[in-house]
Amino acid sequence: MSDPTRENETEAKARRGRNIALAVGLVLFVILVFVVTLVRLGGNVLERPL
Amino acid sequence: MAMSPALSSTRAPARWQDYFQLLKPRVMSLVVFTALTGLVCADRAIHPVLAGVAVLCIAVGAGASGALNMWWDADIDAKMRRTRGRPVPAGRVQGADALALGVVLSLFSVMLMGMALNWFAAGLLAFTILFYAVVYTMWLKRWTAQNIVIGGLAGALPPVIGWAAATGSAPLNAWLLCAIIFMWTPPHFWALSLYTSEDYAKAGVPMLPVVRGAASTRRQILIYSLLLIPVCIAPAFTGLGGLPYLAVSSLGGLVFLLLAWRLYRSKAGEAADPRNDPEANGGLYDVRAAARDARNLFAFSILYLALLFATLLAEHLAGLKPLELV
Repeated sequence: MSDPTRENETEAKARRGRNIALAVGLVLFVILVFVVTLVRLGGNVLERPL
Repeated sequence: MAMSPALSSTRAPARWQDYFQLLKPRVMSLVVFTALTGLVCADRAIHPVLAGVAVLCIAVGAGASGALNMWWDADIDAKMRRTRGRPVPAGRVQGADALALGVVLSLFSVMLMGMALNWFAAGLLAFTILFYAVVYTMWLKRWTAQNIVIGGLAGALPPVIGWAAATGSAPLNAWLLCAIIFMWTPPHFWALSLYTSEDYAKAGVPMLPVVRGAASTRRQILIYSLLLIPVCIAPAFTGLGGLPYLAVSSLGGLVFLLLAWRLYRSKAGEAADPRNDPEANGGLYDVRAAARDARNLFAFSILYLALLFATLLAEHLAGLKPLELV
């Protein structure tokens, strides 16, 4: 018979891994959008009227 | 949809690797390669970051359609040896989660492509995802033996999307790259299905060998191969490929045709007759040897396509001039 506490530990470990992967994905996406914005705006980002 | 036994309370918890597997990483790598070739062949200066984003969007879009495919096809995947270990039929990921992942990644990839590159490329990407997930997966795959012929368009479009991402347009040469993959798909998959047709029959998927028989499949492989080779050589005469490309496409084409001819003359896909004693007359050996002909064409078809696109990629990266007709 399997130990239910042990099973929960496995599930918690898997969930933790999924959450970390999701967090990394979201952070990379934010960085990507930021970099793309800079590239698309190019020099204009410094030449805008204040 | 039949519930897999693994969907019970004792199933293993989903790891992030299971979700990654839903994206069909091997298919993604091929899509990245062909999309990059299209992007580079467009010969338009594009910021490296934007080029990377374009390829990433196409890869993620392809992955999203893979996840949608695995969600819809979980029932038939569970019946086939090759696919029953996939996360959904194995019970590691819920079907609804695969659907959610596919939809979210589709939206992200299309929106990012539109905002970072252009909306024409984004529209083509959206069309490709919908074509694969809806037209091929939900409709053609279970309905007609021509499923992979028409559905092959989804796999053929990435170089056009790459080209469109770089230029905002899709000229004839971009569609020529698409035509190469489109014409290559039937002989490639039918050669594979000749020695995996039992699996498809079990799952009720109407692949050509299951519906029309092995002889008809071998004939159609030969016909498509004859049509494929001129299409593969054509870029050398449309200002896309140079002399190396002409050499690779012609010589590789000859080998392709030779293998297709040998497969046509073989007995690949024919079931061994149980009334015959294989030890006595070599019948089983014939069938196994014929399956080898199918495997040879399948393996060479991958090499041939990779060589064609790698040569074009290398020529354009090296700035080699394409052949001039006059």
